Amino acid sequence: MAKPAEVSTESPVLETERPPQQASLPKGVTGLATWADDRLGLASLLKKNLRKVFPDHWSFLLGEIALYSFIVLLLTGVFLTIWFKPSMAEIEYQGSYQLMRGLPMSEAFASTLALSFDIRGGLLVRQIHHWAAMLFVAAMTVHMLRIFFTGAFRKPRELNWLIGVGLFSISLIEGFAGYSLPDDLLSGTGLRFVDGLIRSIPLVGTWVEFFAFGGEFPGELIIPRLYMVHILLVPGLLLGLIAAHLALVVYHKHTHYPGPGRKDGNVVGYPLFPVYTAKAGGFFFVVFGVSILMGATMQINPVWNFGPYNPAQVTAGSQPDWYMGWVEGAIRIMPNWEWHLGSTTWSWNVFLPGVGLMTALFVLLGLYPFVEAWITGDKSEHHVLDRPRNAPTRTALGVAGMTCYAMFWLSGGNDILATQFKLSLNAVTEFMRVAVFVAPVIAFIVTKRICISLQRADTERVLHGSETGIIERAPDGGYSEPHKPISIDEKFTLTQHKQLKELTSAPATDSHGVAEQGAGVGRLRALLSRWYLAGVITKPTAEEIVEADHHANGHELEEGHRHDDGDVPADPAGREVTH
Amino acid sequence: MSIETHKPEGTDLERFPVPDPGIEEHIERWTDADADAGNRAYRQVLMMLGAVPVLAIVFVVLYFALPRNSFVDIFGMEFDATTFLLGLTGGLATLLIGIACIHWAKTIMGDEEIAEDRHAAASPPEAREVFAAEFAKGAEQSGLGRRKLIGGALGGALGVIAVPAVVLLADMGPWPTSAVRKETIERTIWAEGVKLVNDITRRPIRASEMEIGQLVNAQPENLWEHHGADFQVEKAKSSIIIVRMDPSRIKIPESRQDWQVGGILCYSKICTHVGCPISLWEQQTHHLLCPCHQSTFDLGDSGLVVFGPAARALPQLPITTDADGYLIARSDFTVPVGPSFFERDSNGDFKEGDR
Repeated sequence: MAKPAEVSTESPVLETERPPQQASLPKGVTGLATWADDRLGLASLLKKNLRKVFPDHWSFLLGEIALYSFIVLLLTGVFLTIWFKPSMAEIEYQGSYQLMRGLPMSEAFASTLALSFDIRGGLLVRQIHHWAAMLFVAAMTVHMLRIFFTGAFRKPRELNWLIGVGLFSISLIEGFAGYSLPDDLLSGTGLRFVDGLIRSIPLVGTWVEFFAFGGEFPGELIIPRLYMVHILLVPGLLLGLIAAHLALVVYHKHTHYPGPGRKDGNVVGYPLFPVYTAKAGGFFFVVFGVSILMGATMQINPVWNFGPYNPAQVTAGSQPDWYMGWVEGAIRIMPNWEWHLGSTTWSWNVFLPGVGLMTALFVLLGLYPFVEAWITGDKSEHHVLDRPRNAPTRTALGVAGMTCYAMFWLSGGNDILATQFKLSLNAVTEFMRVAVFVAPVIAFIVTKRICISLQRADTERVLHGSETGIIERAPDGGYSEPHKPISIDEKFTLTQHKQLKELTSAPATDSHGVAEQGAGVGRLRALLSRWYLAGVITKPTAEEIVEADHHANGHELEEGHRHDDGDVPADPAGREVTH
Repeated sequence: MSIETHKPEGTDLERFPVPDPGIEEHIERWTDADADAGNRAYRQVLMMLGAVPVLAIVFVVLYFALPRNSFVDIFGMEFDATTFLLGLTGGLATLLIGIACIHWAKTIMGDEEIAEDRHAAASPPEAREVFAAEFAKGAEQSGLGRRKLIGGALGGALGVIAVPAVVLLADMGPWPTSAVRKETIERTIWAEGVKLVNDITRRPIRASEMEIGQLVNAQPENLWEHHGADFQVEKAKSSIIIVRMDPSRIKIPESRQDWQVGGILCYSKICTHVGCPISLWEQQTHHLLCPCHQSTFDLGDSGLVVFGPAARALPQLPITTDADGYLIARSDFTVPVGPSFFERDSNGDFKEGDR
């Protein structure tokens, strides 16, 4: 929380003249609007939603970045399909890239080279497309973290969280299918990896492999099939899920951060028309513009350096796009466990870190809102976001999850770590085998302590104000630092959160014989509830705050005011009236 | 429906120890208070939007005027001129539209925060009652109450109709039955008498040409009889590496003594982990490292795994020399190459006493 904001009240008084507001629309607009409304009845729909309020915060833009980069992907993708040939038929390259003239390669790779060298703007669009894909997944990931840490997944938004997890998981498939299409050496290596991954599935692995590839790896069907997945199947699913995701955002109205006037029963911000139309619409162009500039200046996936796919070649340092790095890492550090039962082989060394880990992540993400609600017994609707410190266990779990992901992700570059830091590759790998389990535990403990300390600091701030940085010497020679009370707005912000109560397994009734809420639950649930709320600082009560205020009044500083020029009378809310 | 959202808020001292002071008062922006600042913001928005057509025209001119294969040098880096300049003009134009709109919203549009009431996500109880009544009417009308079997029959029919749809996919690939596996993933084009040839020059390799410590990437001579997808499929299985090691410094099991020629051993190049081609050769330790996931195999010890996620030893190709001293295969690989698969147990790959 920032120090109390000082607001100058001495701005030059300049009354700007405004023409009287007109309620009627310009003539041309009226005509068009009437024509459309006669046919579509839009006015009844828009009268409520035109001025729909959206709250302002930078972290609410993360989801927007994901949405806009998806639109950029659709637009640039259409251009790429005009030229790309999803065929694994072998041809002799005769394009303008001299170094590969006469080489046999697939039509897919040849058309990627043509896009890169012979079609004006082709390379630009290819690079925008790839950068936008990176941005899309990155924005989704960070957006999801924002939702998690602020508790925006709580009732009534659990289903939207599930839609989000669905979007996140199929986006990884979409990205993978996309970067496998050019049929260059790197993407072919990725496909080879997926072939091995599929083959490792117990019982049906070989069957799934033969069905996916139309026979043995690589065959000539996988690229046309992935092309269909990449440009039709998954984008269709993504579009549908995104529409549902946004519809629910509109229905639930956006969450807002705690602050004065922000309640579970309202939403404070700016209207869709005109402010958010301009801001969000403008932001689309910003995301698009930045993607174009990235495509123009930053090389990505230079397939002509890798060459056409050759199953007998690979380059050291081959890695997937960043968002598959954690799976790659898990595959690398997994011990070589394999079972032999009867005449069968169970390749846990590939199946567990590949298919198993991805499934585990998405299942855990999907279950979390329901598990947390069960542990806390909190059945109320939440529209004011949590400050992460006020849910220390959740925040710590989130950071532990991020740490685990980061350890897997780093493992995906164990060879690079070894060469860059002059370490033994084997030592890095073995360290990571332990780190993926130990680092999250450390992260959990540290994060939880930090959250609790921040809660203590909040209580301290509410009761005793902020440090002034002024050291006073008392007549008797002692030194002290006076504290300055914080504004009523900040005090409210720091104390508005809901204090969760521990659930107990003892069947309890109050003095009137009425069953208390949250009592008499199962042992496990009570235990989890205790664990979840362990160490949480109880927020100061109204009495404590009043008493602290009286105490502070003994000192010479004013309290409970937004500004510290104490001559102005305070309004009943304890806030002074400014000019 | 939650009770909490409908309770008057900011009054319960236990829930809210500090009463809600309400939305902060609106503080005028400089652009509202100062006419010059307001006009400046106005001009800035106009200038940004005005630059867009200029950039768009430059884009179009560059598109047609730039010669193919021209480059621009910036900070010592060479950029493809078309990509760089089209991207720069197009990107800036797009970016300026966005920045202009946001600047307009932030400095010129009214910025009074407003509050809008929320409704609970749940429908009001009356709506639920009406819905329940309407649903009951519909259910009654459907006749399902009296003739229950229709529901079950419809559900069953809908479930079963999915079966033909799924069966349609049965031909997505050949079925990997035992016979099919024998002809595909359990077989390569290596056979008795097939010459080992350098994979680039396609020249056969004489045993006498191989020096101790040398590694050669090789293919079967008959690989080039295959074309297109077939070629790739066979190459993905038949790729090999030939290494020559000092026979006195390596372990060769009794049963594999005649698989090698004076310390020249031949292994599959395809990793048994997920199938990357391996060729990072550590000459002194006889280790072969896979660049994809760092599985390490000891070629001086039957290709056993010494590190990493791979679980199976690299398959070894039995070789000998022909009358002219060229390296030839004695047979196909004795075990399938590439990643393990479910239907086959690799425990019997080594004979008793080999390990």
